[in-house]
Formats: sequence, structure tokens, C-alpha cells
Amino acid sequence: MNPTTKPILICDVTLRDGSHAVAHQLTAAQMEVYARAAEKAGIGILEIGHGNGLGASSLQVGLAATDDRTLLRAVRPCLSRTRLGVFVIPGFATINHDLKPAIQDGADVVKVASHCTEADTTQRLIGFARESGKETFGVLMMSHMAPKETLLEESRKMQSYGAEGVILMDSAGAYLPEDVAEKVRFLVEHLSIPVGFHSHNNLGMAVANALEAARHGATILDGTARGFGAGAGNAPIEVMVGVLQKAGFATGVDLYGILDAVAVAEREVITTVPSIRGISLVSGLAGVFSGFAKHVERVAKEYAVDPRDVFFELGRRRAVAGQEDLIIDVAIELADKGGKNRGHP
Amino acid sequence: MDVSRKLPVAILGTGNIGTDLLVKVLRSEVLECALFVGRNLQSTGMAKASSLGVRISDQSIDAFVRNPDCCKLVFDCTSARDHLVHWPILQKQGKIVIDLTPAKVGTMCVPAVNLQEGLQAQNVNMVTCGGQCSTPLAYAISQTLGKVEYIEVVSSIASRSAGPGTRINIDEYIETTQEALEKFTGCGRAKAILVLNPAQPCIDMQTTVFAKVANPDLPRLDAAVRAMVAKLQAYVPGYQLVIPPIYENGRIMVMVRVQGMGDYLPKYAGNLDIINCAAMAMAEEFARKLLGAPAPRDREGAA
Repeated sequence: MNPTTKPILICDVTLRDGSHAVAHQLTAAQMEVYARAAEKAGIGILEIGHGNGLGASSLQVGLAATDDRTLLRAVRPCLSRTRLGVFVIPGFATINHDLKPAIQDGADVVKVASHCTEADTTQRLIGFARESGKETFGVLMMSHMAPKETLLEESRKMQSYGAEGVILMDSAGAYLPEDVAEKVRFLVEHLSIPVGFHSHNNLGMAVANALEAARHGATILDGTARGFGAGAGNAPIEVMVGVLQKAGFATGVDLYGILDAVAVAEREVITTVPSIRGISLVSGLAGVFSGFAKHVERVAKEYAVDPRDVFFELGRRRAVAGQEDLIIDVAIELADKGGKNRGHP
Repeated sequence: MDVSRKLPVAILGTGNIGTDLLVKVLRSEVLECALFVGRNLQSTGMAKASSLGVRISDQSIDAFVRNPDCCKLVFDCTSARDHLVHWPILQKQGKIVIDLTPAKVGTMCVPAVNLQEGLQAQNVNMVTCGGQCSTPLAYAISQTLGKVEYIEVVSSIASRSAGPGTRINIDEYIETTQEALEKFTGCGRAKAILVLNPAQPCIDMQTTVFAKVANPDLPRLDAAVRAMVAKLQAYVPGYQLVIPPIYENGRIMVMVRVQGMGDYLPKYAGNLDIINCAAMAMAEEFARKLLGAPAPRDREGAA
């Protein structure tokens, strides 16, 4: 192993991003059994909850089967070495209603996320999490939509609020490895806090992008068991860990342990292993939030429009995370224009 | 009582909201701006007011202490924290106060829903931009369909229309909007979501109301929602119904878009425009009441 490379902190988001894949229907029992396996594997952080984080159970994004507090209280006793993480987006969740209770219920790590140009909305929540003594990261969602200079400026804001690291989220699975290299390298060069990367697999680049991020200095990487996550899924954590090991990075994760955890996930958590279907590819090409996939499929069917057209139109309108209601607006507009292109040569 | 038949009002706070409100007041047939009050004579808003020939003061709340008879009604466009200082002083002076901050000291008012209740209060709180946009629709749903199990509103606004105050107070925005939804619908479970979108050209404010109800009677709801939209359009010209009530995936959904009037703020800032339009509707109604002028039409009963 190259002694100059820093160890990589592996953040397992199977039980958070994976919620998108099952319309936020994960149960406390499923989370408990996977959490025990993640603990055994030596995972750094296990992030749990609704796909859009604390307080995001809604008609807009999807109602969760189980509330945040029940999930946190169930998973908390399953972890000791592995830290328990929560994800939170200001605008969905508030300090009083969501973050404070989550910290009371034992969250160790708080990731506060905003759209990649709106970091100043995270100030209060990052501040609160730090004052509560929690390990706190800032997350820039949909980061393919902003140039590296903007991402640096927004990261610096998060750093000034107290974030102990900034994670670039490829929420749409739209990055190619050269985009990762350019943006991660630039942030690592100019920030004094760690930089992370969160992949989606819409273009088949999730693991390659995670590796590229590590090679350019990222030290926090997100992955999920078998890629279980929104849309085409994430970087499969077991593959990511294996590839990082082969490339000479230390992760602290035990390979057999994570393979065993993945087997548990396959048996107890994952309903369908994500794959790159046509509409996921289109979603990545259009640069649309991966979490929209299930909604787009449902709405497109209902209004008899081509889901691919819906994705491209959402991309044209530059929809951001949390704008699921736009899907229906777009579908109605397309339906008014004559619906599916198919059959209308 | 007033020879000019206009009610003298003051605007406290010379930021974007205060300055846009000034342009609206200058157009009003029943209000006149007696004083435009801030802290800094060099601010953009002050310069605009000066250029429009409006009397200005940089004495903040002291302007009222020194000149208690300057006006009958004050729009407070400062901050929640400042409003808590301003209110006791203005209350003692007997001023009607229209509070555009999220301080929530007074009666929460959405003109299309409870104009008459607002007229009984000395301190009227204008809720939030999202509240002005969504609660009339939520109210129409609850009035038409009876018990609402759950109500949720999502507002998407252009990033450039959200200033530092909005950004740091998102939690207060959510809590206040939820409180208004619960007050006006009687539903104990309300959720508000705010999304900022940085797209260029800037998006118009868009608000979606979702509801879980036992009996989704769409034809009746459609009529009620269209009537409510017409009522809003009487004082918010840029308020448009984008998706009339639909029942989809087990939920009622209605979507509206608000384009601003482009007075001082750009047209995309429908979120800022709607709260100012609501404050104007409230103030003009107070003016008609105090001046003894007949209302041009029965607003609350209209439609």
C-alpha cells in the first residue's frame, strides 16, 4: 500500500439511499439486521432513514413506512464501532422537529445537504449539529450542475459554518470520471477539510467515479450493498471496497465482512438489485435527480407519455431535488401535446 | 376624516420587501406613504424612495417615537427580532401594524380567507409567502371536502428571490406556514416544504398542495378551487392555477404558479410579491374601514 495515501472513510448509505428503491418502505427490523452486519464488517458510518433524509416523509417524495425516531432507536443498539449517520435537507426538516430528536436518539454523524448552489441554507443545521458535539459534514447535491469554482465557494461556506468535510453528491449519476477528477482535485487543493464523493450508477460509472475521486484526494466515499439505491443505484459498496483495496487504499472495512453484509442485504433488504435500465440511463444523461425514477415511471404510465421524454424535459427545466411535483406538471404538458412519440411517427 | 381620502401609512424597513411595498402604496387609491423608515440613508431602497419624492427617515423605530402622529398604519418589513422591539412602541401609539416578518405576534391573516378577522386585530401577521400562496387552496379543500387527514404544501422559488433572511430562517418559514395551514384547515397534521431552484432564467414561484382526504369529490373541489383562485387574483394579479385538482396516487393535488408584478422586484419573485400584495389588500381594507369609504366589492364574500 502506498503509505502517502490517506485512509478512506467508507459511508454505507444502503439504509438511506436504498429507501428510494423501495419507496421508503424499509422497516426497523430490516435496518437492525443489516446494521449488525455492517458493524461486523467495520463500516465507518452507517447512514439510515428516508431517502431524502430526516423529516422528508411526505406526499411530495413518498411517505415512509416507519418514522425517523423508530428507525434510529432500533438501529442505535446494533452499532458500537460503526457510527450512526443521519442525512438532513433544510427545507424538508427543521432543527426542532427533526434534527434535535435524531441527535437525542443517538445519531453520531450528521450530513447536512443542500442543492449545490444553496449552501447558505445549511448554516443553522450545521451549526446546531456541531454545537451538539456531532461529527458533521456538508453535502452538495446535484453537483454536476455547478462548475468547480462555485462548488468551492459553496464548500467554503459549509466549512465556515463548521462542516468537518464536504461531500459532492452525483445525485443524477451524471458524472464521467474526468468530471470527478476535475472537481474533486480542485476542492482537495483549495479546502482544508476532507472531501467526499457519492456516486450513482446511471452511466455505469459509479465505482470508476469513486476510485477516481479517491485517486484525486477524496477521503470519504459513499456506497450501498449491491448498489441498492435511487434510480440505477449507487456504487456497490462491496465492489468499491474491493477496488479501493486493489488500488492500494486503506478503508478499514473487512472484505469478507462486507461480502457477508451484502448477503444479508440480499436476503433481508434488497427487493430488486438496481440495474441500468433505459430510463435510468436517460435520467443520467438528462442530469435529473435519481430519486425521481419511481415517480416518473408511475406518472408517465398514468398520463400515457414516454418516461424518457419526461426525464429530458425535467432536465431542460433544471429540476432539483425535492421538485417531484414538477413530474406531474411535465407529464400533463407532454400529454396535452399528444402524449407518446411512439406511434406518432 | 382625511381630506385627501387616503390613509397615511409608514413603511419600516427599506430592503427589497419594503421598497416593493412602497411602489405598491404609491399606486393605491386609499393609502399614502407618509414616511419610509430605515437605518441607512445610503441604501438602495432609500435612494429609490427619495427619487419618488417620498419622505424618508434613517431613525428606525425612533422616527415614530419622535413623530407619533406621522401615520395611522405601519408595515413592518424588518425582521422577527426587530418586530418584537417595534410592536410594544407602535401598540402604545395605537397604530395598526401589518407585520411581514415571521414574528407571529399578531393575528395570522390571509386576505382571501380571513380578511374580516384581520380587520379586528391591531397587529396582523402576514404568515409567509408560501402561506399566502397555499393556505387559500388548503382552506378550499377543507371547506369543500370536510375532514382533511393530512395536508402538505411544497413551494419552489428562484434562488435569487431568496435573500439572506429567508435562507437563515427556513425553519421559521416551515413552522409558521405549518401553523397557518393547521389554523385555516383545522387539520392537525400539516407539512410545509421549501425548495430553492437556481435555474436561469429564474423560475416563477410554484406551489403544490397535497391532501389526504376520505372523500375526494373532484367536481365540487374543482369549482371551489377555481373560485378561490379568482378571489386571490383580485389582489395578486400573477396568481395562476397550473394544475386544477387531480386525484393521483391516493392524494389530492393542486398546483399554482405566481408571477410577481415586477414593481421593484423582478417578475420571477412571485413569492415576495404575493406577501406584499396580501399586505396591501389588508391595509387597503383597513383604510376603507377607517376612512368610511365603501369597499369596491365585497372581497371576502366575492366569487
